[in-house]
Amino acid sequence: MDTFLMFLKAFAVGGGICLIGQIIINYTHLTNGKILVLFLIAGAVLEGFGLYSKLIEFAGAGASVPISGFGCALVKGAVKAAKQDGVYGALTGGLAACATGISIAIVSGYLVAVIFRPRTKKK
Amino acid sequence: MEIRQEITKDNYKSYVFEKMPKSSHWKNMFWAFVVGGTICVIGQAFIELYSLWFNDQDASVLASGTLVLIAAIMTGFGFYDNIGRFAGAGSTIPITGFSNAVVAPALEFRAEGYIYGVGAKMFWIAGPVIVNGVAISVIVALLTLIFGG
Repeated sequence: MDTFLMFLKAFAVGGGICLIGQIIINYTHLTNGKILVLFLIAGAVLEGFGLYSKLIEFAGAGASVPISGFGCALVKGAVKAAKQDGVYGALTGGLAACATGISIAIVSGYLVAVIFRPRTKKK
Repeated sequence: MEIRQEITKDNYKSYVFEKMPKSSHWKNMFWAFVVGGTICVIGQAFIELYSLWFNDQDASVLASGTLVLIAAIMTGFGFYDNIGRFAGAGSTIPITGFSNAVVAPALEFRAEGYIYGVGAKMFWIAGPVIVNGVAISVIVALLTLIFGG
């Protein structure tokens, strides 16, 4: 039951974040890159005040999977490392926390580019 | 005959908006919610699975990593762009959209070579995301150090 509730919360919160994004796109026609950066910064700033972690605690993947969770992880990692190692930690912590995701994206991107052929876009 | 208006940056924008195909806002929003929510549920399923072997933090990171990998492969097969066509922000905002933004240009610009094609174009969208993310994380961490947050 607990697990089921967690799935439900993940769906509602994750879907809700995407819904907000879609509403912003509908009214402003921002491009994908700008939307990603906007949500990343939103997540990072919210985590700066310690709020986004609470949303992740509540909704699990519903908050950590959207790109705002990526921004949150960067800030969380940087702040945590800064508290341990000072300025050095502030510089290393963010990227260290997100290294897994970025590395997987880069390596798989490279491999996909080598293996697959670009497809012509269907209209 | 109609007098041709001078095209400025501003009126060009509103001209483009007028001519753009109007897709139904409600339909867009519905699919963004459903697809975005579903991707997060799949992520949650991976978290539950990985937390059998790892601690919560690692399970969450690995679950996101798995989604990135799946989205990269789906982009290779051309599936992800098909989802993106009707899901809009539902496929852009989850971490899978970030993965798609890395892989799709890498694939598309392969013809320009592995250094300036794949290597450079891979960061067309991921670059701004990482630059802004790292910058803001360092600033927030330094502020925390100064003010002892």
